[in-house]
Amino acid sequence: MADIETLGTDVLSAIAAVEDLGTLDEIRIAELGKKGRISGLMKQLGGMTPDQRQEMGPRLNALKTEVSKAIERRKMALEEAALDARLANERTDLSLPPLPEPVGALHPVMQVFEELAAIFGDMGFSVAEGPDIEDDWHNFTALNFPEGHPARETHDTFFFHPQLGDTPKVLRTHTSPVQIRTMMAQTPPIRIIAPGRVYRNDWDATHTPMFHQIEGLVIEKGVHMGHLKGCLIDFVKAFFEIDDVEARFRPHFFPFTEPSAEMDVKFTRKGDSIQVGSGDSWMEILGSGMVHPNVLRNCGIDPNEYQGFAFGLGVDRLAMLKYGMPDLRPYFEADAVWTRHYGFKPWTTPSVSGGLSE
Amino acid sequence: MKFPLSWLKDYLSTSEGLEAIEAHMVKAGLEVEHIENPAEKLSSFTVAKVLDAQPHPDADRLRICTVDTGDGEKTIVCGAPNARKGMTAIYAPLGSYIPGLDFSLDSKPRKIRGVESHGMLCSAKEIEAGEDHDGIADLPNDLPLGLPAADALGVNDPVIDFEVTPNRPDWLSVKGIARDLAAAGAGLLIDDSVRKVSGSYDCPIDIAVEAPEACPIFAGVLVKGVKNGPSPDWLQARLRAVDITPKSLLIDLTNYISIDRARPLHAYDADRVSGTIRARLGRSGESFEALDGKTYEVSEDMCVIADDSGVIGLGGVMGGTSTAVSDDTTNVFIESAWFDPLRTARTGRATGILSDARYRFERGVDPESCLDGINLALKLITDYGGGDPSHARIVGHAPQRRDRVEFDHQDVKRLTGLSVKTATMKKQLKALGFAIEDSGEIWHLTVPTWRFDIDQSADIVEEIARLEGFDSLPTTSLPVPASGRSVVTTPIQQRVRTARRALAARGFLEAVTWSFMPRDHAVLFGGGDEALTLSNPVASDLNQMRPSILANLAKAIQRGFNRGERELRLFEAGPVYQGDGPKDQRTMIAGLVRAGEPRHWQHRPAYDAHSAKADLFAVLGAIGQPAERFQIDSPKQAHFHPGQSASLKLGPKVTIAHFGALHPRALRALNVEGPVYGFELNLNAVPFMKVRPSKTKPVLEKADLLPVRRDFAFVLPEAVPADDVVRAARGADKTLISAVRVFDVYRGSGIPVQHKSIALEITWQPQKDTLTDEQIDALSQKVIAAVQRATGGTLRG
Repeated sequence: MADIETLGTDVLSAIAAVEDLGTLDEIRIAELGKKGRISGLMKQLGGMTPDQRQEMGPRLNALKTEVSKAIERRKMALEEAALDARLANERTDLSLPPLPEPVGALHPVMQVFEELAAIFGDMGFSVAEGPDIEDDWHNFTALNFPEGHPARETHDTFFFHPQLGDTPKVLRTHTSPVQIRTMMAQTPPIRIIAPGRVYRNDWDATHTPMFHQIEGLVIEKGVHMGHLKGCLIDFVKAFFEIDDVEARFRPHFFPFTEPSAEMDVKFTRKGDSIQVGSGDSWMEILGSGMVHPNVLRNCGIDPNEYQGFAFGLGVDRLAMLKYGMPDLRPYFEADAVWTRHYGFKPWTTPSVSGGLSE
Repeated sequence: MKFPLSWLKDYLSTSEGLEAIEAHMVKAGLEVEHIENPAEKLSSFTVAKVLDAQPHPDADRLRICTVDTGDGEKTIVCGAPNARKGMTAIYAPLGSYIPGLDFSLDSKPRKIRGVESHGMLCSAKEIEAGEDHDGIADLPNDLPLGLPAADALGVNDPVIDFEVTPNRPDWLSVKGIARDLAAAGAGLLIDDSVRKVSGSYDCPIDIAVEAPEACPIFAGVLVKGVKNGPSPDWLQARLRAVDITPKSLLIDLTNYISIDRARPLHAYDADRVSGTIRARLGRSGESFEALDGKTYEVSEDMCVIADDSGVIGLGGVMGGTSTAVSDDTTNVFIESAWFDPLRTARTGRATGILSDARYRFERGVDPESCLDGINLALKLITDYGGGDPSHARIVGHAPQRRDRVEFDHQDVKRLTGLSVKTATMKKQLKALGFAIEDSGEIWHLTVPTWRFDIDQSADIVEEIARLEGFDSLPTTSLPVPASGRSVVTTPIQQRVRTARRALAARGFLEAVTWSFMPRDHAVLFGGGDEALTLSNPVASDLNQMRPSILANLAKAIQRGFNRGERELRLFEAGPVYQGDGPKDQRTMIAGLVRAGEPRHWQHRPAYDAHSAKADLFAVLGAIGQPAERFQIDSPKQAHFHPGQSASLKLGPKVTIAHFGALHPRALRALNVEGPVYGFELNLNAVPFMKVRPSKTKPVLEKADLLPVRRDFAFVLPEAVPADDVVRAARGADKTLISAVRVFDVYRGSGIPVQHKSIALEITWQPQKDTLTDEQIDALSQKVIAAVQRATGGTLRG
């Protein structure tokens, strides 16, 4: 059977010499196909004596296996070479700039509102809202503003044209009317914050006719002014993300609280930036107090049964203190450069556990 | 309110220094705004002795002085004509800042015409400590060397300025300040009971109180034979310290008593008063010339002081020129009356007159102080101007007011958390002027007549708490609420947050713009209701509550382009106003884009109305509202382009959004260059999903079988909206069709004019069994039939 050896050598060298898949397949058919040479030799096994078959069978099978494998190997090699050849032509210049994606940003005031909600939410407050256009009763009378109080004048308050016989509506001058609306609608215990737009007839370097406030209200049995202090000190620490804050509370006057207090915090000015918490000067940051018994009565709550505290603070200024905007006026100018610089990325969501700010 | 420390010490006996006094003030609620401390400003200047003064060899006007200073002997070149040997002068060392000249001396000696000068001799004016007549300050020789200039010049008196809260008009008096500071522990109140000055005859001028609701009590006194002239130096100095220019004794003393006791008075030249002095209401048509030289119309709401000649003053606001005192006045009539605060405030606002009297009367003057005012005035007049006073005449009665409150002393602990001994409380309240009747738990307190802010127990709690100091209050964190923590924000707030983030993630910058806008623009954007027009806008173009956010955004976009932006995407989430009722406010989110030229090597398509629609649907998707719920409808708002905008409806009635290109006419009115594209979505109008009882998500239904897809092209008239075709196709089999995609819109060769071809890819999702070819053919026929039935579209051949 020397011719089997020769056949094998010939076929294997033919396979090794093939340069394209078509020719390779032709060899496969010519050798291993139904009418192929090796297949033909295999068929002859049936006509052999058992002894011949004993000898030839394994040899032919080995030949067939070896040729199949060689074809498979060669096929893979040719395919790889073809892929490499194709890829060599598939070049793209990835130094070209991609399509620009416009980059958006969230307004710092809106972000700070969310920070405040996160902080106070963690203290058990929920967020309440009320309308910007208020009536005299909610904005002033129910809040114990006496008749003739200067805040009721046109140099402070925006008025609408009076409708027949009614006192004119106003643009709310503070978020405090939401206290009234909440106490009228809910029964204590109450813990709410009320963020929103407020309006005063004032426009200069440090005042805008519209700005933002957040109101806080707690009505619960047993809540006293020590809780007011504790709550607001906790808030300042959380908001400015500092471990400690030097704060003081001073008596002040607000018609809707008694006793009333303003809260000051110590701060340091370092170059253009302000660091809140410690330092050599005091800065007023909010007004607060125990809810005035007249306000509770106006909302149908018995001041001998329930008590609580309220506070209000300017959110725009708070944002300036934390994030260093030097000027209030660009807040309302929708200036793209300013918003890109001071704004927040869309995926920054303030939370107490995950950090308030980036 | 401003006062010099020395004045306070008339009534407060204290060993406390300036800083401690300031701390006591802040603690008690007198918010110190500023302290002008001349000693601080003058700290570098001291008393020096001029040992010798020789003419400068090279300059006629200069002298070379040898000066003994606290720093040793110095040579100083001085140009003052009065510099002379033996003089006591003020010395400024090298390097010091000279405030009156606004420059600093060099820190190294400088040669002046060849002679080194080691400092400067100053005038009082140069160090802003007074005026001089001739050259440098020429001080008495007995002043010791090195004495601070502030002491030497007698100006070492800090002036404290603080905020008087509107509830405490008694702090508009130096004595009132001292009373609170004494109660707060800063010292002892000095007893100063006013002594009666007796007259010798009845006041010949009659007084009539004709409008007791406006002026319930009026006291007056005549002093004959007064010599008016400059008031004494101490009085002038005090007035200057509080920024009042001294005029003459009779005027200065009324100003002085107003600040000293918060007791406004008015002085009339009695010889110019004719007949009875009446406090009555004004009559229309009356007018008078006030002391500010202006003539004011009087109204029937005003309280006037009148004599037989007519109006001679506005009660509690300002006197008139016709009866004004002058340097020649010899007979003076002093008025000490009480005017109603609200009426005084109204008169003050109507006339625009700002006066110390108005400021005090509109906040509240002690109604029991009329007679004290007369006696204080008489004392100063007779001491410094002589004269012969009459008996005081008092007409009317001090107004009735609440003078007793019940105080539950346990309220202090209940409301503040502070434990204060009852004895301490009593001491504090007495120091403030309260009289106490102790009946166990409830004390009956008599409120001092100068306090208008005490009505109930809580008001007394504030007094105790502020005198104790808020620093001594406990600091207690709020306990976790009994109900536990719940969801903090409302569904609409959550929706706003999500929508904002969706837009910011799509490249939009968040804006916050005014809630108001020009009325004529509001009209163009669907608003202009008179009920939403401000009667006193801050600017005439911010006079209307906005009906839409888009106009403000459009103007902001134009501003951005004017500053060189290439492409701007802005959005705002905020209120719009559909009426002035509490439920007429809507929360909208609006986005607006002005596309830049899409210059990029990959040729990105420009932003257009379809892009705006994509952004709108992205917002809807973000807030859990799949696009299929809504229907595209014709434009509904006049500020949108009629052919390139649409509205979005939910069911037949509710319109939730508008989107597309803004109308060029609206843009022209706003001075905005178009085109700009955007949308405005009413976040309140989109219904909220029902809150599901469980957080568990519904069971996943995932088909195992491969979906089948086929393409169809329909030829339709131009006017048929693509959405109709899509809806018809989708409706052909509600269970099996899982998606309908428009993948081409074609016009041109092979399509009749005024027609278009819309190509759809339909996806069927087999549910249980694979679809056979026959079934797919049947389903395809259903689609073709449904589209034809609904739109008249035919399958493109």
